Amino acid sequence: MSSDQFDFAIAIGGAAGQGIATPGNVLARIFIRRGLHLNAYNAYQSIIRGGHIFLTMRISDQPVHNHGDKLDLLVCLNQDTMDRHLGLMGPGTRVLYNSDTITPGTPEDGVHLCPLPINELTDNNRNKLVQNTVALGTILYLLDVDFQILEDIITMQFQRKGQEVVDENVGVARAGYDYAAANFEPFTQSLPSGGRPLAVWTGNDALAMGGASAGVKFYCAYPMSPSTGVLHWMAQNARELGIMVRQVEDEIGVANMAIGAAHVGCRSMCATSGGGFALMTEAVGSAAMMEIPVVFIDVQRAGPSTGVPTKTEQGDLWQILGASQGDFERFIVAPTDALDAFKTMPELFNLVDHCQCPGIVISDLLISEGTFSVDPDAIDMQPEIDRGELITESSNGASDIPTGSQLSNGHGLIGAPSNGYLRYENTESGISPRALPGVEGYAHVVATDEHDEDGVLVSDEFTNPHKRRKMVEKRARKFKNIAQRIEPPALSGASAEDAEITLIGWGSTRGVIREAVEILNRDGVAVNHLPIKWIVPLHADAIREVFDNAKKTVIVENNHSGQFHRYLRSETGLSADGHIRKYDGEPFMPHHIVDGVRELLAGTTDIYVPYQEVIV
Amino acid sequence: MSVETLPREEVEAKPVAPLKAKDFKGKVDPDWCPGCGDFGVLSSLQRACVNLGLRPHEILTISGIGCSSNFPGFFNSYGMHTLHGRALAVATGAQMANHELTVFVTGGDGDGYGIGGNHFTHTARRNVDLTYIVMDNQIYGLTTGQISPTSSIDMKTKSTPFGSVEMPINPITAAIMNGASFVARAFSGDARHLTGLIEQAVRHRGFSLIDVFSPCVTFNKDNDYPFFKQRVKKLEDEGHDASDWKAACEKAMIWGDEIYTGLFFQKKGAPTLGDREPVLDEGGAMAWRELGITGEQSDRIIKRMM
Repeated sequence: MSSDQFDFAIAIGGAAGQGIATPGNVLARIFIRRGLHLNAYNAYQSIIRGGHIFLTMRISDQPVHNHGDKLDLLVCLNQDTMDRHLGLMGPGTRVLYNSDTITPGTPEDGVHLCPLPINELTDNNRNKLVQNTVALGTILYLLDVDFQILEDIITMQFQRKGQEVVDENVGVARAGYDYAAANFEPFTQSLPSGGRPLAVWTGNDALAMGGASAGVKFYCAYPMSPSTGVLHWMAQNARELGIMVRQVEDEIGVANMAIGAAHVGCRSMCATSGGGFALMTEAVGSAAMMEIPVVFIDVQRAGPSTGVPTKTEQGDLWQILGASQGDFERFIVAPTDALDAFKTMPELFNLVDHCQCPGIVISDLLISEGTFSVDPDAIDMQPEIDRGELITESSNGASDIPTGSQLSNGHGLIGAPSNGYLRYENTESGISPRALPGVEGYAHVVATDEHDEDGVLVSDEFTNPHKRRKMVEKRARKFKNIAQRIEPPALSGASAEDAEITLIGWGSTRGVIREAVEILNRDGVAVNHLPIKWIVPLHADAIREVFDNAKKTVIVENNHSGQFHRYLRSETGLSADGHIRKYDGEPFMPHHIVDGVRELLAGTTDIYVPYQEVIV
Repeated sequence: MSVETLPREEVEAKPVAPLKAKDFKGKVDPDWCPGCGDFGVLSSLQRACVNLGLRPHEILTISGIGCSSNFPGFFNSYGMHTLHGRALAVATGAQMANHELTVFVTGGDGDGYGIGGNHFTHTARRNVDLTYIVMDNQIYGLTTGQISPTSSIDMKTKSTPFGSVEMPINPITAAIMNGASFVARAFSGDARHLTGLIEQAVRHRGFSLIDVFSPCVTFNKDNDYPFFKQRVKKLEDEGHDASDWKAACEKAMIWGDEIYTGLFFQKKGAPTLGDREPVLDEGGAMAWRELGITGEQSDRIIKRMM
């Protein structure tokens, strides 16, 4: 984003229970309706009441891909927020606070303190949340926005609660607006209009909507932060869209229930976080063995174990790579932002249906719980649906009844079906047409034990090494050349010849690396960027080509041990020259990467770990 | 195959020949030990399916892992041989995704009451419309003889060489307390009685448990055929009122010279999970519905985001 564009960030801080969500939602609606782009990150804690919540909303007339480096307006709902964050504010910024309850610290020169005498402004001191509404009015005045816009949104937000509540809230917002007009200096730049209205969603909304668009008819989950938003979206929309949504007793049950629904023919998915995914892992392998297409979503949070439930990390990669025993085929994809997550779901469902195998989506708290603007025209909820080789009708004369024909296992036992249907037929592609239960003439058994083409367990006969080998190879063939079906990663930023450093990231870091690259290139440091989305299959050749042509390669990831680096090395033998890693629970900000690149170029370190300035 | 071909086409009704028990014979013969109680369960289920007029493709038989969980391979229907302890979870997904199928879950006491105990509890309370047949031999057979959740206290096995110090679970009272709407016990040595109970269970709408004494002749020498033959007493002969859950629990707690079999408890007309699920009110089985979202639905969703 260039410096002449509107780039503005508001932070609202307070304790859990102080109602930060409401002013956040009201502001988001105002911004997107003006066509402004929005990227919001809510830093919070695993606590019901108290603690510290810090919502950062960055807005621009151009697309914004992360929550940015700086704040322009700080809204303090409690003393803690003032104490923690006043130091982040620079010249020209504004700090709003309730002067009845909060004592300001000593700001940097040029910071405008904007005290609001809430009791005096609201004569109604029953509701402690009223200060939020006063602040909304003040914020809108400071941004030179017409009050009517706020009035409309407040009316929409509170109309369910009755006219009295609407009037009260509009009244106190008006008081805040008028008080600001009389006492505070507005920002020099007023809120622009970005053009056509945009829409707003979270990454979890996008994952759920992507699944629904792909034709998911069965969704089940056990609540676990930060994945629960997917369950909430599905539950809210289930009846309208005809989706079966179940909350299950545990994640073991979730994964197996999703597999049961998938086997009988539903497109089926479930979402969890790392701990829940650990419970699902045995089922992942069972879907691969029974050749049932199903999608698992892991929304990563900081681990290990219960870890930091409300903080982000890219720490589950090896858990996912190693999920379930044995060798088997599965897709693993790490979408790079909310819109990408939405678009990835139908693509992944088509792939897992084609290959009759599991697919795993790696998201993280940053994508899943972030709030983002999105162009409504980019939301195509009617993508192409390709279910692969399904048998959904009886063939003529089909019969379930064994006729006593000679059997495939050669032991003279009675029972081969008269139509010769082999669920796991050893085809050239490795893909065997899948008959759905209920279709006459195709009754068969799928098994988690190794089985022959007809589904009969290999161990029911005797453990036949040749059959075992045949079936392992049949399943593996499904993935031969599978990388051709997905898009290879592409370089952006400075040309390969010019770039002094090539930054490689995966999943959710795409947006923040992209901005760091823009900043560095603007400052005369030639840098380019290779974002990786598909983990399995991995476009090893495309990545090797980038490495071969790069002067210095640096992998950026939100974990301690360099999980992607280790994976890349294991798959390709490629090793990066430097690393930028962050594992404090908070996401990267652009300057963290900019600073890291400078340090790595200066040769002071091979692994740069940025310092997190915003303490929440 | 495109999405348009997914909904099932109307197939012209063909005259259906009456089936015989051997029509429900699977592709391979059972690998159970000679004399295993599970043979009686298999033949009873085959006979019950004939009597109920079911056809193999209308049935989905789901199992976990264990000797008795090899069942689907020996039975001619659609089948799933899933993970240890997970059959009920898989079956719930399958039953809700296609409620037109007749779903049997077959397995053992370790699979169902041990590793799968959590799913047993919750499938019962949800009243999922399926028939769960537990071949209860009070031992782990496939792993060559260790205690199971239904093993008697003091029982000596390879894992309890000096006798078990744990009390067994009572599957009948557990199922009733968890909300199962049909709870029965049978003895695989009395195939006629078991067949009748299976038929009743399939006709019952809701979660039906039949805990079947299915002796392990190899690893459980305590609870063998003579043990049960001398003790089992049919509730039907005593005028037991199966609608009375307290009487059912009292009868289920009796374990000594007399052990009751038969239908302990039935709550007729209790809504199943499917009955309570509005998404199933119309449109038929989830699995056969057209996929995707209409333009109108899409517009409504996006409008709410603006």
